[in-house]
Amino acid sequence: MTSTVPSPGAQTGTLQRTTPPRPATPRQSTTRRKRGNRSPGEGRMAAMLLSPTILVLALVIMYPLLSAVHQSLFRAESGLDADGFVSEVESFVGLANYADLFVGESGRRFLNAFANTTFFTVTTVFLETVLGLCMALAMNRAFRGRSFLRASILVPWAVPTAVSGLLWRWIFQSDGIANNLLGSEVLWTAEGNASKLAVIIAEVWKTAPFIGLLVLAGMQIIPAEVYEAAKIDGAGWWRQLGSITLPLVKPTLLVAVLFRMLDALRMFDLPFVLVGPGKESVETLSMLAWDESNQLRYGSASAFAVVLFLYVAVVAIVFVKVLGADVTGAKELKLMSKKSRTKATRTRDIADREIAEQKKAEATR
Amino acid sequence: MRQRRHTWQTLFTTTALVTAAAVGLTACGGTATEPKAAQSAAAFEGKGPINYVSNRDASGAANKTIEEWNAAHPEEKVTFIELPDSADQQRQQLIQNAQIKSDTFSVLNLDVVWTSEFAANKWIMPLPKDAVPTDKMIPATVNAATYRDSLVGAPYYTDGALFYFRSDLLTAAGIAAPPKTWDEMKAACTKILALPEAAGMSCYTGQFDKNEALTVNFSEAVASAGGTVVDAEGKPTVNTAEAKKGLNLLVDGFKDGLFPSDAITYLEEQGRRAFQDGKLVFMRNWPFLHASLSATDGSSKVAGKFDITSIPGTDGPGVSTLGGRSLAVSPFTPNKATALEFVKFFTSEEQAQKRLALSSRAPVYASLFADPAVVAKRPFFPTLLTSLNNAQPRPKVVQYGATTKAIQEEAYAAITGAKDTDTALNDMQAKLTELSK
Repeated sequence: MTSTVPSPGAQTGTLQRTTPPRPATPRQSTTRRKRGNRSPGEGRMAAMLLSPTILVLALVIMYPLLSAVHQSLFRAESGLDADGFVSEVESFVGLANYADLFVGESGRRFLNAFANTTFFTVTTVFLETVLGLCMALAMNRAFRGRSFLRASILVPWAVPTAVSGLLWRWIFQSDGIANNLLGSEVLWTAEGNASKLAVIIAEVWKTAPFIGLLVLAGMQIIPAEVYEAAKIDGAGWWRQLGSITLPLVKPTLLVAVLFRMLDALRMFDLPFVLVGPGKESVETLSMLAWDESNQLRYGSASAFAVVLFLYVAVVAIVFVKVLGADVTGAKELKLMSKKSRTKATRTRDIADREIAEQKKAEATR
Repeated sequence: MRQRRHTWQTLFTTTALVTAAAVGLTACGGTATEPKAAQSAAAFEGKGPINYVSNRDASGAANKTIEEWNAAHPEEKVTFIELPDSADQQRQQLIQNAQIKSDTFSVLNLDVVWTSEFAANKWIMPLPKDAVPTDKMIPATVNAATYRDSLVGAPYYTDGALFYFRSDLLTAAGIAAPPKTWDEMKAACTKILALPEAAGMSCYTGQFDKNEALTVNFSEAVASAGGTVVDAEGKPTVNTAEAKKGLNLLVDGFKDGLFPSDAITYLEEQGRRAFQDGKLVFMRNWPFLHASLSATDGSSKVAGKFDITSIPGTDGPGVSTLGGRSLAVSPFTPNKATALEFVKFFTSEEQAQKRLALSSRAPVYASLFADPAVVAKRPFFPTLLTSLNNAQPRPKVVQYGATTKAIQEEAYAAITGAKDTDTALNDMQAKLTELSK
């Protein structure tokens, strides 16, 4: 359950830090070298304490998931009888709903949505990462009004996606600000490549700050001494960026990119509000699944949803395995500031050690 | 490491148990689906409190009617359940409730285009012949609430297209009467756009973004050219010469520059702004814009400079599609007698007249359009009545959602030039045939 955080400190070999305690399992959160001393009952206790959470998770995640898989194997065959009433039979069709994803009209729509989803994910996450890094580098410097800038950069992230979709819809309408500034007559919300571009711009505007702030948090924990040493050794700004900042901020960056990718793969509300439902240029897998369920074709809607789920899962697993993104550890990096944590762990370590020594002394007495 | 394994073992066991439970639940859910049992003949029995589920009525007129009913029927109180503003979400909630046969929704307020779907699935009950005074109502509204010869909804309010035109420019160009046909409109535009005061203006717009509004504009174009989208049986008829003529009106409008080039992104609101800013000579739109176009507070540049008439056709006035709503009774409510009585009361001429004081929604009773007091307040009513008397419902099909999607898809492809008219209509015919099975 616990793991040490690969922190910059650990890499430079000056600090040995551990994760803070989790509220539910206080005794588990001691340092790694202490784990061997735990009694067997402790593990069982931990599992028992965790089981309510797992039960709830299973009910709200596992059940809908299995239900969707189950539903995706059925299809409602409806027809009209002589009086014009619907006679509906729901029959088991095996994997036919999945096979249909690749043939005919529904196959064309699915592949188009699949391509759109992938295209949006790759382009938006790439642009967000570049922009986010630049933002973090800018914010990491000490200057007047820095905290104000940090707060204001979060505003796009704080705006609900549907609302930002509406904002951008006004900007991109044919007589809107975008066309006025560019002096162009681009129809951003009609079918075509312009609508793809519109979605990418709005999405990057909204989510680059997220990456920026996560990366900033990662940069804040790089000790100033490292930079001082580099400066003494004569390293320039670019060298420092390439050899210190980027490698040390990599774990945080990877997690931020992973989160964004998973989010982008599920993109729904922005193209829906900005460009509109049913527009093929921007139709994503989520929109397709929504549309199918709206047409009461729950079987194929579930098949779309399951495929999307598998796609997201595969991307996540590949990303974690190949690039080694440390999801849980970095999450905590984000949550805690450097100082308070090192202080807290150190005092806790000392306290633990003292208790252990006291026990030892009692035992020998 | 041993303890660690213990933890995982326990975790796995817990997870496995929960998974098994979840699978069990899922299986239960699956076995519950059974073929729909044949419904017994409509019997309106049972009295007691009921729920009226509806879209929002910001004017408060519907609430007034319900208050009046509740005062007179303390034992059969009606509760107003408001649904979200989005029509898609309203439909989804109504269908979900019907699919689980919930008795929460007793009286449903249905958009006219949902009538067939709800009736064919037996989610609403056929009404007795004498339930509502259909002979006093505008025929198109009764037609829209009818499924296969039986009345399944009581028409509540209605809506039709209006043709807005710049009367000042028509006079300046020496044109005596507004155009009745597309050819007359084109001729009028040639004259008007040559005027110095009409510099930079476009001729006409409707609503052409890929949306329900495109289905409306397409249906109107086809009907105005003498065609139909589907026949009385719900079978598609868009591969006809008339349908082609209709769609070509729109396709050529874009090709010849009759419509503004950005009209492909227009819904009702964008068209209103363009017309209000004096960029358009003619516009097809709904009556609700009349108030903001005639606003004299300076927001409208065309106040007092425009007039309305029926939309143009190919050989005479065009055919409007029909909007509006009707009330239907759910077969799953225990208090069907109360529900039917409430529907009768709510849609009665007396109540419709009372609501006119508050709401600008057009009543379904033709007689109410002539009242001088009402016309003084809503000057578009006489023209709207003409439009409604000539109106046709949108395609009356069971799978309306998929049908309108297919129509939008193909009509959009044709007017953007992605497909030629013949290909688009043939593809549309194929898709609609598949959906009407």
